[in-house]
Order: sequence, then C-alpha cells, then structure tokens
Amino acid sequence: MSEATANPTGNSADKGTDAAVAVLRPRVAVSERMLRILVPVIALATGIMIWHWAVVANEVPRYILPSPFDAVTALITDWGTLWPALTVTLRITFMALFLALVGGVALAIILVQSRWIELALYPFAVILQVTPMIAVAPLLLIYSPDTQTALLICSFIVAFFPILSNMTQGLKSVDHNLLNLFELYGARSWQTLLFLKIPASMPYFMAGLRIGGGLALIAAVVAEFAAGSAGQGSGLAFRLLESQFRLNLPRLFAALILLCCTGIAIFALTSFVSWLTLHRWHESALKREN
Amino acid sequence: MKRTVAKLSVVPAYSAPSAAEYRRPVVAMQNVTKVFSNGTLALKDMSLEVKSGEFLSLLGPSGCGKSTALRIIAGLGGPSSGSIDWPSSKINSKGLPEGDVGFVFQEPTLMPWSTVFGNVYLPLKLRGVSKSAARDKVMEVLASVGLADFADAYPRELSGGMKMRVSIARAIVTRPKLLLMDEPFAALDEITRQKLNDDVLKLWEQSGLTVIFVTHSVFEASYLSNRIVVMRARPGQVFTDLAIEQPDIRDGAYRTSEAYRAICQTVSDALQGAIQAAAS
Ligand SMILES: Nc1ncnc2c1ncn2[C@@H]1O[C@H](COP(=O)(O)OP(=O)(O)OP(=O)(O)O)[C@@H](O)[C@H]1O
Ligand SMILES: [Mg+2]
Repeated sequence: MSEATANPTGNSADKGTDAAVAVLRPRVAVSERMLRILVPVIALATGIMIWHWAVVANEVPRYILPSPFDAVTALITDWGTLWPALTVTLRITFMALFLALVGGVALAIILVQSRWIELALYPFAVILQVTPMIAVAPLLLIYSPDTQTALLICSFIVAFFPILSNMTQGLKSVDHNLLNLFELYGARSWQTLLFLKIPASMPYFMAGLRIGGGLALIAAVVAEFAAGSAGQGSGLAFRLLESQFRLNLPRLFAALILLCCTGIAIFALTSFVSWLTLHRWHESALKREN
Repeated sequence: MKRTVAKLSVVPAYSAPSAAEYRRPVVAMQNVTKVFSNGTLALKDMSLEVKSGEFLSLLGPSGCGKSTALRIIAGLGGPSSGSIDWPSSKINSKGLPEGDVGFVFQEPTLMPWSTVFGNVYLPLKLRGVSKSAARDKVMEVLASVGLADFADAYPRELSGGMKMRVSIARAIVTRPKLLLMDEPFAALDEITRQKLNDDVLKLWEQSGLTVIFVTHSVFEASYLSNRIVVMRARPGQVFTDLAIEQPDIRDGAYRTSEAYRAICQTVSDALQGAIQAAAS
C-alpha cells in the first residue's frame, strides 16, 4: 500500500529504475565537473609546492632559483617596472595582430580573385614564410625608423601567414552548389564575396585568428630579444634580458609569469571571439546533443 | 507543439496559366551537345521543347546526362554546341531569363550560417530587395511549405525533409515560370519522399508552374508527371518521350491503383529499352 502511494502511476519496476537513474545522473555529472576543475588545479598547486619545497629544502640561493613566493613578491614590488613593459609588449602584439588580420584577409581576397595573381605572389609568400623571422630581424632593425617599428613588422609577418593561408583556404572551399546558386540568380561578384565566400570562410578565419594571436605574442618577444633594445619603451623581453644580466631571478620569473598569463589571455580572447561568431551554426562550436 | 509536417498550400500570387498561355513553349533545347574538358561526351544532339504548365520528368540511368541537361537549361555551364531558347521570356545579357528559373539541387544546399528566413530571402536579396519589403513574400512562401514557425531556425536544427522544403521555398520565392529539380528527394526516406511528392504536385496544380523534374525512380516519375522523357546514355540523348494521362486526383489510393501500375509498367519498359540501347 505504501509502495502504491509512493508510486501512484504504477508500472513500478520501470519507474523505479528511471527515478534511480535520474537521481544518480546529476550527482555523477556534478562530481565529474568538479573533478574536471579540481584535478588540474590540484596538479598545478602540487607542482608549485614541489618547486617551493625543492628551493627551501636544498637552500638554493635566490639568484639561482627563486621560490614561487619570491617570484610573486617580485611581481608585486617590481610592478612599476613590469607593467609599462607589459603594455609595450601588448601594444606591439595587438597592433601586429590587427594589421595581420586586415592584411591577411585583404590579400586572401585578392589572391582568390585570380589564379594568376596567386601564382605571381606565390614566391614572395614562400620566401617570407620559410625564412626564419629572427634572421630577418637585424635587417629590419637597420631599415626601420625605430626599434618599435621593427618589432611590429616582425610580429606582423609571423602572425600574417596563418591568417592569410587559412583565409585563402576558406575562401576556396565554398560549397560548389551554393556558388552555382549565386550564379543562377545573377549575383554580382561583390555579392558572392560578401554573402557567400566570407561567411563560409569564417571557421577558417577563426582558426587563423587563434594561431595568429599566439604567434604574434611569441614573435613580439623573440624580436625584442633579437633587438636587445634599451631604454625607454622597452617590452617584457627586454626586462627579461635585463634581469638575467643582473641575476635578478625573482624579477625574471615574475616577467615569465606575466608573459604566460598574457598568452593564456590572448588564447582565451580569440577562442571566445571564435565561439561568439560560430556557435550558432558551425560544427566546431556546437554542443553535441547526439 | 510546432508543426513539423504541413502541406504546401496555395501560393496566392500565382495564377494558373490562361488557355492561350498554356501549351506555349517555355524553353527549348536545340541540338544541344555537351563535351566536358576531359573529353566526356555527356549530351549529343539533344533537343527538347518544354511547354508551359507541363510537369516533365527526365528519367534515365545514372550518368546519362540528366543533371548536365538541367544545368545547361539553368545556364550553369553553356552547351558546346546548340542553343537554349526562351521563346516567352525576357533574356538578360547572359542569355538567361531573368528571375524566371528556380533550381532545387539534390542536397538542400542551404547556407548554414543563415536562418531559414535568410536562406529563403537570398534570391530576393541578390536582386536588391530590402529585407522589410521581402518579409511578407518570404513568410508567405514559408507558410506554403509549412515552415512558418521555423523562420528563425538554423538549417542544422531541421530534419532532412524540412531542409528540402526550405530549398523548395527558396526556389519558388521569386515566382519563377520554370522550376528545375535535380533528384530533389533522392536522399530522403520513402515516407518523406511520398509526402513531398504530394506537396510538390499540389504546388504545381495550384500555381501553374512548369516543372522539369530529374529522377532515377520510375515510380516517382510515373506518379508526378504528365510527360516523361526517358534518356539513354552514351551518348546522352532523348530516347522516348511519353505523354502521361493522369487522373484529376492523385492520392494514396492512386498509388495502388491499376491505372498507376500500368503507367509504371510502360515507363519501366521504356527505361529498359533505353538501357539496352546504350549497352548495344
Ligand atoms: N564536370 C564534369 N567534368 C567531366 N565530366 C562530367 C562532369 N559532369 C558530368 N560529367 C560526365 O557527364 C556524364 C553525365 O553526367 P550527369 O551528371 O549529367 O549524369 P546524370 O544523368 O545526372 O547521372 P546521375 O543520375 O548519376 O546523377 C557522366 O558520364 C559524367 O561522368
Ligand atoms: Mg545527376
């Protein structure tokens, strides 16, 4: 009787199983979601603790390996030096990325207009892409009006190619039947570009953006190493070198932490932009429901 | 609950062709030969005149040039020799009748980044019609294919049959004189296919459209058409041209009737003949 009231709709065996599953499932999901966050956090914390312990237990001097505590302290006390350096690096990175986006997309659009243009520009693209950027940096430093411009150009060149090649690929891989459809309705070529080719290449563009964003930062740092510039307007890489000369390892580590966080932030930002653009229609950004 | 299945109903702005217009040729292929750049002779000396109000099925074995013929009529890739004439349409600079042709591909061919509304609006957008001016027209056509509730959905949210309806809505939104369909339902299951067959038939009956319908299926051709052109392969040519006498009402009962069976038999025999002609 009590069972019947507890389960008024009857068919108790099936319902019972369903209810049990229904109760169990969220718990499994919640604990798994927690673990997904907890496991990497704990692993990272453990790593930092081992670092700390190794430094303290072996009495490693600060100028050889600072403890994480020293690094964070340096980050706070040297903020006045590091923050301006970070803004310099960030400015170069984002300006380079922006120019690479504009240039890469524009050139891709020009390239796909005609096979002859593509063939003519091909050797230049290959030369620029395969030559290690760091080897060109000294040359750029000679020709550029100032160091910042040279850094910007280096960073731009590196970020430019993934965006160009992805965008070119995207513009070329438009559904053939959709192209036919546009032709059938007498679309002008700007209409085909604007309403078909550009939207269709968005997933490729976003892939280029994510790669280009990461590379722009790396190139900005590497180019600054090559430049070894001094004085005003120096970026984080210069502060890294400077700390190395002065054996100020805590500050060096602080600068590294900043660079690492910047890299993560750029990745998160570009991924978010990509998600924002694609989540409504593209497979890569969809939550799978089957 | 949203309606997922509905009938193609009347598209009010259409009117059945007048007696004078009826039987007037809409398009004529004159001795069309098509040789592809790799040397394939897809069509040889094919002539075909399509009259206003016809529901014409192009039937033939795979590779006989049905799609090629349809694409040439639509102006997608010109013929190697011969011509396409549009006796009763205004021709644009490319030799195509401006806005008089709708095309439904075998795949729905929708833009995944655009909503159902956006996809159906496309032909009007390309013609410079503003969104607000097109809204009523697009919604009317969507309603006629039973998808008024799905205007804001994205293609990935639709079933295969619904995507095909969007594709049909897009093809008829410009109110074309001639609707070209290239095996539009080949990828669908039998139930959905029969349903869409009935819907297209209704659309045709009510609108006075002229339809060229490419299919592999003897049954589909026999059910829909009042004219079936059987093609042979190697070279692609018209093999037989069958006029089909259809009853006034075609429905589920018709599919099992003796009259329908007889048509299928005739058409099937003609197709066998075409296959044998190509083999010998
Ligand atoms: N772009 C192309 N380049 C070269 N050959 C082609 C091309 N398109 C079609 N063909 C050839 O032309 C012939 C006719 O092709 P078509 O696609 O018109 O046949 P079909 O009757 O539509 O066949 P199916 O029923 O399988 O769709 C085939 O032999 C095919 O290989
Ligand atoms: Mg075909």
